[in-house]
Amino acid sequence: MTDEQTESETHRRATEIATGLAHLEGPLLPILHAVQHEFGCVPEDAIRAIAKVLNLGRAEVHGTMTFYPDYRAEPGGAHTLKLCRAEACQSMGGDALADEARRILGIDFHETTADGALTLEPVYCLGLCACAPAAMLDHEVHGRVTAETIGRIAEGVGA
Amino acid sequence: MTLIHETDYGTPASRAEETVTLTVDGFAVTVPAGTSIMRAAVEAGIEIPKLCATDMLDAFGSCRLCLVEIDGRNGTPSSCTTPVAEGLVVRTQTERLKQLRRGVMELYISDHPLDCLTCAANGDCELQDQAGVVGLRAVRYGYDGDNHVFPKTRDGADNFKYMAKDESNPYFAYDPSKCIVCSRCVRACEEVQGTFALTIEGRGFESRVSAGMHESFLNSDCVSCGACVQACPTGTLMEKSVYEIGTPDRSVVTTCAYCGVGCNFKAELRGDELVRMVPYREGKANRGHSCVKGRFAFGYAAHPDRILNPMVRDAVTDPWREVSWDEAFAYVAERFTAIQAEHGVASVGGITSSRCTNEETYLVQKLIRQGFRNNNVDTCARVCHSPTGYGLGQTYGTSAGTQDFDSVEHTDVVIVIGANPTDGHPVFASRLKRRLRQGARLIIVDPRRIDLVRSAHIEADYHLPLTPGTNVAVVTALAHVIAMEGLYDEAFIRERCDWDEFQDYIDFVSDLRHSPEALEAVTGVPADQLRGAARLYATGGNGAIYYGLGVTEHSQGSTTVMAIANLAMLTGNIGRPGVGVNPLRGQNNVQGACDMGSFPHELPGYRHVSGEEVRDVYEEIWGVPISSEPGLRIPNMLDAAVEGTFKGIYIQGEDILQSDPNTHHVQAGLAAMDCVVVHDLFLNETANYAHVFLPGSTFLEKDGTFTNAERRINRVREVIAPRNGLADWEVTQRLAQAMGLDWSYGHPSEIMDEISRTTPTFTGVSYDLLDEVGSVQWPCNEKAPLGTPVMHVDGFVRGKGRFIRTEYVATDERTGPRFPLLLTTGRFLSQYNVGAQTRRTANVIWHEQDILEIHPHDAEQRGIGEGDLVTLASRAGETSLKATITDRVSPGVVYTTFHHPDTQANVITTDFSDWATNCPEYKVTAVQVTPASQRTEWQEEYAEHAELSRRIIEREPVHGD
Repeated sequence: MTDEQTESETHRRATEIATGLAHLEGPLLPILHAVQHEFGCVPEDAIRAIAKVLNLGRAEVHGTMTFYPDYRAEPGGAHTLKLCRAEACQSMGGDALADEARRILGIDFHETTADGALTLEPVYCLGLCACAPAAMLDHEVHGRVTAETIGRIAEGVGA
Repeated sequence: MTLIHETDYGTPASRAEETVTLTVDGFAVTVPAGTSIMRAAVEAGIEIPKLCATDMLDAFGSCRLCLVEIDGRNGTPSSCTTPVAEGLVVRTQTERLKQLRRGVMELYISDHPLDCLTCAANGDCELQDQAGVVGLRAVRYGYDGDNHVFPKTRDGADNFKYMAKDESNPYFAYDPSKCIVCSRCVRACEEVQGTFALTIEGRGFESRVSAGMHESFLNSDCVSCGACVQACPTGTLMEKSVYEIGTPDRSVVTTCAYCGVGCNFKAELRGDELVRMVPYREGKANRGHSCVKGRFAFGYAAHPDRILNPMVRDAVTDPWREVSWDEAFAYVAERFTAIQAEHGVASVGGITSSRCTNEETYLVQKLIRQGFRNNNVDTCARVCHSPTGYGLGQTYGTSAGTQDFDSVEHTDVVIVIGANPTDGHPVFASRLKRRLRQGARLIIVDPRRIDLVRSAHIEADYHLPLTPGTNVAVVTALAHVIAMEGLYDEAFIRERCDWDEFQDYIDFVSDLRHSPEALEAVTGVPADQLRGAARLYATGGNGAIYYGLGVTEHSQGSTTVMAIANLAMLTGNIGRPGVGVNPLRGQNNVQGACDMGSFPHELPGYRHVSGEEVRDVYEEIWGVPISSEPGLRIPNMLDAAVEGTFKGIYIQGEDILQSDPNTHHVQAGLAAMDCVVVHDLFLNETANYAHVFLPGSTFLEKDGTFTNAERRINRVREVIAPRNGLADWEVTQRLAQAMGLDWSYGHPSEIMDEISRTTPTFTGVSYDLLDEVGSVQWPCNEKAPLGTPVMHVDGFVRGKGRFIRTEYVATDERTGPRFPLLLTTGRFLSQYNVGAQTRRTANVIWHEQDILEIHPHDAEQRGIGEGDLVTLASRAGETSLKATITDRVSPGVVYTTFHHPDTQANVITTDFSDWATNCPEYKVTAVQVTPASQRTEWQEEYAEHAELSRRIIEREPVHGD
């Protein structure tokens, strides 16, 4: 079968992205970032396209992509809340906070609220131990997080 | 007999010449610099516990079991990743190490099922062995927590970490619950096979082996070579045959009977049941690697289609009648004698098999020369590599490739012409790809975009997609560039080659009509690409040329071989490792069949029948006069049959009706004969026209030798007794005896003794030598007692290398308005040749039928869609098959394989053939492709006829035969 016939729009666009970045040293991670930025995740068709452009096995691209938890196979919510689960935050009540967050949002880790507004992810250290427990909403960090903070955040994103 | 356990040194050998001495547990050991401590320890007789290390793969250092202590150094480094150094004092067994190892092993076992007794790998499991080695006695962690072992958690919920067994591959299963994530399978797929189909997905405790993107093995890029199964230290990747039968208890080292690579395998059995074929690390052609055919596709030997009793019939329209061996031999002897009495000595002949052993081939040609008293012997090399024999014989003086396969490890620039190694010669392709990943450069000359042009981690520097039939023009143009730009190796040519002939050649090749620009319109190859390729080959270091049937199966096949030989001489790329001219022989023993005097003009060792001295040798021991006149070639036999002067033929192991060109002509020739004797495993297509069927034995059922593409004489050993009762050499011997010949070979070794006694290039060869050293490459004689890995080292065999003019002459087979496309043919990885064996194995899962590849442009013009049935027609005939639309082929070119008899690609191919050797022009046929609604009339008739001619009347069993 020709590639032209089976090529999806995702495949075409991912090929464009990959081709544009293929000249970089160690191009795979920047390409995966760019693809995730474009699609909100790294779809299988994009993996095939990247493998073809970089002349890798698609298994290798899959292996790299699944190694990094930030790359998603399915799109997440409009916003992502990352709650730190590492030692310093745990010592400052992180476990209880995690339970609170799950209760308030009504979802578990790696899940997205029903309205698609927010995805909850664990993270292992944001480097913000001095303000533990810490969290990050998209690219914005929050310190000394409490159940109220979580509630405010949820409200803010409409979840 | 016992199971052969090969020593695993843990890491690959170092090639350094400098040595280092160290002490391991108090024993001094001296090893090459760069050797790992693990390997040095094995050399000293000390096995350090290990799981992720094996000497087929580079050190990885992940299992943390092979830790050692080194005096004066901190910590406990892994011995697989730590190289030796002068004076090191290494301790492999201390209290600290014992503790550490036990702790590591305890963690492994905490996520591994404790079902050793019912596991397929029981007794064949490194994890089990190492648990014993480190003295693991208990696992403190229990199985209540996270694990990959059980489908359900303790409270009955689904365990999302558990992955079900993947049984999609027909030959092996992947059971993730047993995986310890050592990465050996992933690394084997990458480093050994070079396919990159596997990965480790996830990280930490989530890490799992994944085929493709979490796909089944069958849907992934996996080519089922078996390297991962071999590498797996547990029961995670395991042959299904071991699941079904159990572990084997004895091994027989033998040689694969598929392609010309000649891989050595350990046939592993329990009783007389063959459990599995495991590639043999000491095999010098394959170095422990294998492909899907040799590794797994041996089931045809036990296929119900196999014919096990001799059969005769008076007319080909009759059903077959089963008879005893004696009746069959008497029948043939009587018929052949009668035919010769009526139609003359030359009215019968035979065809030797490239699938059978050297000894069997030798006997068939001996039967013809001694018994039939003529030279009417030919072999299937006629239709594949006869131009290699002729072309290399004329230029260099030997009819064979110049190198061994190890040579590729020293190559800097590779040219592949008219060969598709990843499908046709997969184990060689893996070795080539490994070298390419190390940085060797690659030039592909092929009308089709074969996998080597671009696939994971390899990419050709140049792909010259020539129009089929223009090889000579392209190779001569390469020489033109090298000549005109002064890139030739004058010192080499002055020393090694005939200088006068070189000057004549340089005059010829310098003519501007050979320039890439002048030829671009003919060859379709962009001139700048061709120039770039020529410069790369001439200046890139060690240059090696590998070629296949895309070179030989043309009207100018012999000319192309000579053009290739010229190119290598011109650049001094002959006579040392890493260079040379390497024909990739198609069949397991096509080299051997040619060596053994299978041609009508040559006695064994390529000595022309007109030579009185060589005839004297055989007349003396065979006691009959040998004709000094060459006999008939296969096409001539068929012509003579149609004319009525050739009446009887003995065909051992070749299906000429399917494999030879212009099927209609072959049919007519066979139908005109009075006695066609087919000696084969199955009622093949040729047998539809046979009067006598002698059941053959598989390579598993006999002793002998095969000679591979690198001239390597490999032992074939009887693994199980012949199911049909007689090995093929015995069948020929009994037939000869029935015809009154005084043959009394008790074992194939005695036949080899006769060969070595009479053939100068084989004088040193004996079964004793082969048993001792494994294999040798001919010439093997007093000058080279252990054989000759690289030929023409100090000078060409013929004396001075001979440059020959190679004028391009377009084939008579041209496209025109009626037949506007060019058909070229090839192979598919999982199938072999006419498919008689591989079609009778689970390999059909990858290739159920022959498919026509057509370019989107040509398809659109004709209204052909993906998967449509199309009619493929040429001047010779027509057939129908399904089409696939792909830009792997150029516009104007279509491509198919010839593995399936119901397609019969050779109905299409024509009578055109190589000017020197009659090798048919399979690779170029002008065709038309049109949409079809049903199979062609010919296909329907053929299927009906085949069914009719395969009826068998079974015989009542008789005691005593």
